[in-house]
Amino acid sequence: MRELELYFGPQHLGMVGNFSITLKVEGDRVVKADANPGYLHRGFEKLMEQRSWIKNFPMVCRINVVEPDSMELAYATAVESLAGIEVPERAQFIRSIYLELARVGSHLFGLWAYSNMLGFDTAAQWAMYHRDLVLDLFEELTGGRVYHIYIWPGGVRRDFPEGFEKRLVETLHSIGGCVPDYDACFFDNRLFYDRAAGIGKITREEAMEMGGTGQALRATGVPYDVRKIEPYAAYDKVPWEVPTREDGDAFSRIWVVRDEMIESVHMIFKLLDEMPKGDVYNRIPNPFKWRIPEGETYVRCESSRGELGLYLVSDGGDKPYRVHFRTPSYPHGLTILEKALVGESISDVGNIMISLYVVAPEIDR
Amino acid sequence: MAKPSLLGPLRVIKYLFKKPKTLRYPFELKEPARRYRGFHLNDWDQCTGCGNCADICPNDAIEMVERPEIAPDPGEKNERPRLDYGRCCFCGLCVDICPPGSLRLSRDYFHIHFDTSTFVFTPRDEKTDDETFLPAEKYSVLKASLAHRKRDYQGFEPEIDYALFDPDRVEMPEVPPEERKLSFVEQMLGYDREQAVREAERCLECALCEDACPAHLKISDYIEAVYEDSPEDSLRTIYEDNPIPAICGRICMKHCEDACSLSIRGEPLAIRWLKRFVSDTVRNYRDALEQSPGEPTGKRIAVIGAGPGGLSTAYFLRLLGHEVVVFDELSGGGGMLRVGPPRYRLPEEAIDKDVEYIASLGVDFRFQTRVGRDVEFEELRDEFDAVFLGIGLTVSRSTRVENADRCQLALPFLAKNKTEEKCEVPEEVIVIGGGNVAMDVAREALRLQHIRYPGKRTVTRTVSLEDWDEIPATEEEIEEAREEGVEFNPAWGPKRVVLDDQGNIKGLLCMKVNSVFDEEGRFAPTFHEDQEMFLEGRMIIEAIGQGADFSFLPKEVMERIEFTEARKVRVNENGMTTVPGIFAGGDIVNVNLDAVTAIADAKAASEGIDQWLSGGEG
Repeated sequence: MRELELYFGPQHLGMVGNFSITLKVEGDRVVKADANPGYLHRGFEKLMEQRSWIKNFPMVCRINVVEPDSMELAYATAVESLAGIEVPERAQFIRSIYLELARVGSHLFGLWAYSNMLGFDTAAQWAMYHRDLVLDLFEELTGGRVYHIYIWPGGVRRDFPEGFEKRLVETLHSIGGCVPDYDACFFDNRLFYDRAAGIGKITREEAMEMGGTGQALRATGVPYDVRKIEPYAAYDKVPWEVPTREDGDAFSRIWVVRDEMIESVHMIFKLLDEMPKGDVYNRIPNPFKWRIPEGETYVRCESSRGELGLYLVSDGGDKPYRVHFRTPSYPHGLTILEKALVGESISDVGNIMISLYVVAPEIDR
Repeated sequence: MAKPSLLGPLRVIKYLFKKPKTLRYPFELKEPARRYRGFHLNDWDQCTGCGNCADICPNDAIEMVERPEIAPDPGEKNERPRLDYGRCCFCGLCVDICPPGSLRLSRDYFHIHFDTSTFVFTPRDEKTDDETFLPAEKYSVLKASLAHRKRDYQGFEPEIDYALFDPDRVEMPEVPPEERKLSFVEQMLGYDREQAVREAERCLECALCEDACPAHLKISDYIEAVYEDSPEDSLRTIYEDNPIPAICGRICMKHCEDACSLSIRGEPLAIRWLKRFVSDTVRNYRDALEQSPGEPTGKRIAVIGAGPGGLSTAYFLRLLGHEVVVFDELSGGGGMLRVGPPRYRLPEEAIDKDVEYIASLGVDFRFQTRVGRDVEFEELRDEFDAVFLGIGLTVSRSTRVENADRCQLALPFLAKNKTEEKCEVPEEVIVIGGGNVAMDVAREALRLQHIRYPGKRTVTRTVSLEDWDEIPATEEEIEEAREEGVEFNPAWGPKRVVLDDQGNIKGLLCMKVNSVFDEEGRFAPTFHEDQEMFLEGRMIIEAIGQGADFSFLPKEVMERIEFTEARKVRVNENGMTTVPGIFAGGDIVNVNLDAVTAIADAKAASEGIDQWLSGGEG
């Protein structure tokens, strides 16, 4: 059969972002896939070398619009480790609560993208609506809906406003109350099973070899989660589970996302119960004179897409000497995706890509 | 996993009968959260124009623009931040750095316009802008824009606990009141290197202080040098404008700290103590400053008085190459600062350090030489090309109430305490006056009492016409005096000094003050004659102000010197009096009556003298 080259994206209905894949197809089957990042390169890492330590704080979140919060955390913890800044315990709890809320918001967004792409409009709209409720909470806590600019070196930017805990619990309960409906409509829907089961399969060994983390790895049965193996913020203060699945296909990955959301909500409730009183911010030095001692650090955290790392170098100056982000979408969107697409149908390209939760902005940075 | 059923999704059919969640904008509106980060609000009355918001903005969205309609107070600028909403990312760092807390964000976020220039906007708030900020009944979301906003719609606001500046200063180590009142030991111990760097780090470099300083020292530069751990560089910067840092580092009236941005919601930067740190740390000024007098000009200038004004004039003129001779009746430099401020505030060693450096540049000091007694003023006029009068206020005034001649006067009292002899004090002392000199007198008397009567109960009280809210002494002087145990009797005026049968002082009869100033703000005290109070005391010291002694001036010169309405010597912008060749500065010229203003006068006068001597206009 004749081999055809097909451009999938960046202008394509099945493509969520500024990203494209060049497919070599034979009939309906993909023979080879080449991922093309670079449509959204904004030079953040280089830009950060030009800006003072404080001026980078409102910027890091912009690397990933879907879940800006783990970017904030990575930057804040890296700066804290280089500058030797302590974070109050309450702030650590708030950070964990905030990050889990972000995970729920981000997964809901992912669920919208995925179910929308498969044509499950009802579940997609619910997910979008429920994400908006989460954004309302962010708005109340931080003043911003999308870019929260909240976790800064030394702690968090403001304490919970009055009555926030109550509204947080209420909102999460109201979203959680819809889980049976989500299940009926989407997760337990036969059509979803038929479209996703066995699709885009990667083995455990392949996932590990190619740097897969997050649901890409956990869907192959590996309970690998930075929150567990190297706890930060307050993740070691309450018990929680790492949801996994065994099959390594799109269906398993989406189920891991679902289970993770539920686990995150439970974790937030536990954290709220254990949260101590006290300060939430240890003042950083005068931002106009702030210099950080020479040194380098690598910090990592579990974002909603997998392991997010930040390598930060200071030469003792008033701005970073080198910044490099290890973003989970990089291996997922390039190596793993290229592998997983081979042999699959053209109609499942978007399916597989979104089940890997590839967020193009964080590949490009 | 078993294949799920095809019928499962039927469960959600119930949603067909539910109300939609989508808001029907603009008929249904959603209220932004209380902390929403929308457009800026700026309280123009509170904003000082410091520009910290513009400095921290990560997107260069803020520019400080001059607003001619604003008449800035001293230590403020008539600049206000202007936002470019094409660049702003609404992060709110500008809010968290704003020292007065005038800049906030509102919950407004609508602005739709064809003209992109309307996105460049100078924010105000409802306090000063009625046209933009409308009450609920006049506001319509359909017209919402930067020029049509809601009143009382504040969002993200500044909170001092989360401010990006540090409102608390590094505490100055000091001798505790119980210990210091027993001797004349210097109260403030001075910052060490680590403390000084930490304090200097607080500076936001907005430089409002430099405008407020009468002598316009380059404060942010020399503070920055302290932060960089380079006191020598700092000293060089200080000496460009102020040649007596060891003195000013202890007793300056610190107009700069009043203007400091940090003082609005916190404690001002300890600019004075940092100057003191620099002068104390640099042991050898000469090596650090590497200054030498300018090329000899052949001109000679006589400076009368070795106070701050005289010392500074001598220094600046010497650097220009002129020959300078300073006359002073005291045994060392410092002028009234050698007599007035007690040892615990300003030790002689600090004064001598500054004076010796000026002398090392080749300034000729003639101490214990009183003009008019040891040398005639006319001789100076003949011998020198110009004369600078920096004679200060050397004569204590008296209340002139009945038996006031039995009282002591402040300056002789303070002067004697600078000698080994020290004044004899009884167990009960009354000080009349509420100014800083009265505080010096009271606190010295208290120390002498504690030394003379160890372990005994002694009483030191002050009486001042002014009530607490208008008492002229600085807050810290009053606080320190109270800590040491000085009693205050504000709003009482002396009526009569009461004597006992032997003619010794028994106490002071006081009457209640009605008002101190008249409607035009002039000093014109009125009393409730019927409300009297008797204060016991065996010694009364009057510290109600000082005057100048012009007796050394020949009559014909005195007649030609003009005075202002405030009884100050009138000088032009070059510091020259109405008599050509005679210049003046310091307390006889300005109303501030402090060292740093004398330095400012000296700067003007030394430039004026130089110009005049090189043939320019005086």
